[in-house]
Amino acid sequence: MIAGTSAATSGTAPRTEAQGVTVEIGGVPILLRSNDADFRAMIEQRYAGFLNPSAQPANVFRIHLHPPSAISPDEDAHVFRNDSVWRFERGDFRAEWDAKTRRGHVHQSANPYAIDTVLRITHSLVLAARSGFLVHAASAVRNGRAFLFAGASGAGKTTMASLAPEDALLLTDEISYVRRQEAGYFAFGTPFTGELAKVGENICAPIAALYLLAKGPQNRIEPVARTKAARALLSNILFFAEDPEFVELVFQSACEFIDLVPVNRLTFVPNADVWEMIG
Amino acid sequence: MTSKRYVRSPQVAARRLGDEIIIMSASDSTLFTLNEVAALIWEASDGSLALNEIVERDICPAYDVPADVALQDAESLAEELAAHGILRSCEECALAALESK
Repeated sequence: MIAGTSAATSGTAPRTEAQGVTVEIGGVPILLRSNDADFRAMIEQRYAGFLNPSAQPANVFRIHLHPPSAISPDEDAHVFRNDSVWRFERGDFRAEWDAKTRRGHVHQSANPYAIDTVLRITHSLVLAARSGFLVHAASAVRNGRAFLFAGASGAGKTTMASLAPEDALLLTDEISYVRRQEAGYFAFGTPFTGELAKVGENICAPIAALYLLAKGPQNRIEPVARTKAARALLSNILFFAEDPEFVELVFQSACEFIDLVPVNRLTFVPNADVWEMIG
Repeated sequence: MTSKRYVRSPQVAARRLGDEIIIMSASDSTLFTLNEVAALIWEASDGSLALNEIVERDICPAYDVPADVALQDAESLAEELAAHGILRSCEECALAALESK
């Protein structure tokens, strides 16, 4: 039996539940069920390090595979809510997820990008209710504390991740997973990769600082005023849904984050010396 | 002297950070930062007072500015915020309510 699979039948007329793989990111297990063994194998390979077959998945998706469409996965996903049911749509997939029952289904081709986006959207919705968010930022743990490096494409997230010394454990080079715990805000590792294509470590740590990245002639760290910090953080958070309730939750979490976590501008020369200032 | 009444849009998220208020539109995630004076007007815009009454009560005493000058600035600000959909004039709200019936 492959890792993370489960099967069940019920009643006199057997109804076979599709086998599945449980992917747990940020302490949130999601069971992905599919009848297609090759697709399950692809999920296991892509999310290796984040599989937890023993977890009780609160969220379950049934995945229905279809022939590939000609539409590029690069287009933006659209996310809508009708009562408790969220719909996610893009050219290469169509999904529904009920926030009350925590059950959903996905219609997609057997490409990894569709399920990756479904997972990102689902986690952003789950996190919103738990005072957390996904943010465009690389993150790493050093000396037991997490550091986030935020910025738009080209700001230096991949560069900071690739320059990280051996004692820094990379959580992600692209999408940081931020969640409020009793002791403050924590960053979790994710399998969501960027240019570095390196899956993060499946660990978490309290966030010591958020750095807003800028490349410059010398390494320098400067504090950022709260309003500017909030604007910068909010502009990097992944807001998949134009839903007032969702936006309100994430917005308030971002503001609370600014209240608790130091935010600095990190101007850096792209070489390993910059890490002497971190941690 | 009378002027329009405004209410804050329910389609935005807002938070005071020190003297300023940061606002995000839910429809397009656009961010706005209101300075100290604009923040006072925003917070007082609950539809109960006209803009000139807000200016006379909150702005003129605090900033020692003539009422007509302050009101002119406040009207420009309110119109700009309304254009972005983060404030709504009560007259327009009433018209919209009538049209929806």
